[in-house]
Amino acid sequence: MEIPVMVGAGLVVIGVGLGIGRIGGSAMEAIARQPEAYGKIQTAMLIAAALIEGIGFAALFAV
Amino acid sequence: MHRFLKTVSSSEMRKTFLKSFLLFSVLILSQISFGKEKEDKHGEEGHGKDLKTEIKEYIHHHLQDSHDFSLFSYTKENGEHKYVGFPLPVILWDDGLKVFSSSKFHHGETLAEVDGNHYKLYHSKIYRTDANGTIDYDESHHPTNIKPLDFSITKNVVMIIVTGLLMLWLFSSLARSYTKNNGIPTGAGRFFEPIVLYIRDDIARPNIGEKRYKKYMPFLLTIFFFIWFLNMFGMTPLGINVTGNIAITTALAILTFLITNFTGTKDYWMHQFNPLGDSLPWYGKIPLYIILVPIELLGLIIKPFSLLIRLYANMQAGHIVIGSLIGLMFIFKSWLGSPLSFGLAFAIMLIEVLVALLQAYIFTMLSALYFGFASEEHEHDHGHEAEVAH
Repeated sequence: MEIPVMVGAGLVVIGVGLGIGRIGGSAMEAIARQPEAYGKIQTAMLIAAALIEGIGFAALFAV
Repeated sequence: MHRFLKTVSSSEMRKTFLKSFLLFSVLILSQISFGKEKEDKHGEEGHGKDLKTEIKEYIHHHLQDSHDFSLFSYTKENGEHKYVGFPLPVILWDDGLKVFSSSKFHHGETLAEVDGNHYKLYHSKIYRTDANGTIDYDESHHPTNIKPLDFSITKNVVMIIVTGLLMLWLFSSLARSYTKNNGIPTGAGRFFEPIVLYIRDDIARPNIGEKRYKKYMPFLLTIFFFIWFLNMFGMTPLGINVTGNIAITTALAILTFLITNFTGTKDYWMHQFNPLGDSLPWYGKIPLYIILVPIELLGLIIKPFSLLIRLYANMQAGHIVIGSLIGLMFIFKSWLGSPLSFGLAFAIMLIEVLVALLQAYIFTMLSALYFGFASEEHEHDHGHEAEVAH
């Protein structure tokens, strides 16, 4: 394992964290605005989060 | 859901309490079994290697498939190593079918001799060796010995068969109880009915569409419960890691891939090879399609690939985290370390129970989404064009 690879993986994970954080935050705001759409927002949030998470895992397995 | 809870009588409350108590004890016991195995290993070969590499090796060993179903092991007073568990059949194709019990390997300590051939278990893989069991390596330290085709009933295969039989029994008996009680759920049906309905009404219907969702329901339900049950089995003290094995998630993703493409409509394939439709004349399409069509085709592969990586990585990561946290206990070696490691591992274990459900849900959800893409009809496209025109 080389140091550039590790740093790169770390950077990717930071990006993934920011991305999922934004999705979660936006979903919270959306639910606060429209509590009745809770189920739909949650589903969409989980799908988006899962798609981004895949990239994070790809980076971790590159290490 | 609330209505359902209110109608539960007190005797059933007690049952629910008993069940949650059982779940908790399983969670705690599995940690004990983790810890116990670790301790034994430490006692046995703790002289040569340092503790950290040993914990690493232990976790690695736990993540792998194995040819025997060993629950735990300990070392006797006289230094003899004792395993508790049972051997599984080994099936090899090496110039003819060779079937023997994995007890011949003695957990990798001895060679197995079958019909004049010698086989050695090396890092959970079977190699053909000479009578002394020598393994030759190339420059990058990979064994160069002949590897016979391995169709063995390994630990993972056993768990897949067990889960399959469990599901077959559970759901066929549920179906029988529904016909007997005129569609009123009883017993386990009360637990499973909301889940099945959720998959139908909140996963299949909105994603695939009213017209075609019924065709995909058997696959979606099977894959959901299969992944969920296997994930939950991974949380038990048996120490199995089936959904954290990339070969198994690959097989599941290939099923989704095949179903998506073999049930795809004409419009779906038109979308792959002619994504812009009639919106451009043919000479305008050529430069765009040189890039667009390969991307669309790559997307066909990337979709199931992301499915398989997500499930595999999530389950693998969960097992590694729990193993590492329990490993802390042996690094700290003080009264402070044990409760810390236990508490952390317990918390992660609870999260893992959630992740087990979530990953099954995500896999089913995304499969349904891809089936939905494959079921797109032409009216749908017209709708889009009308929107663009406005």
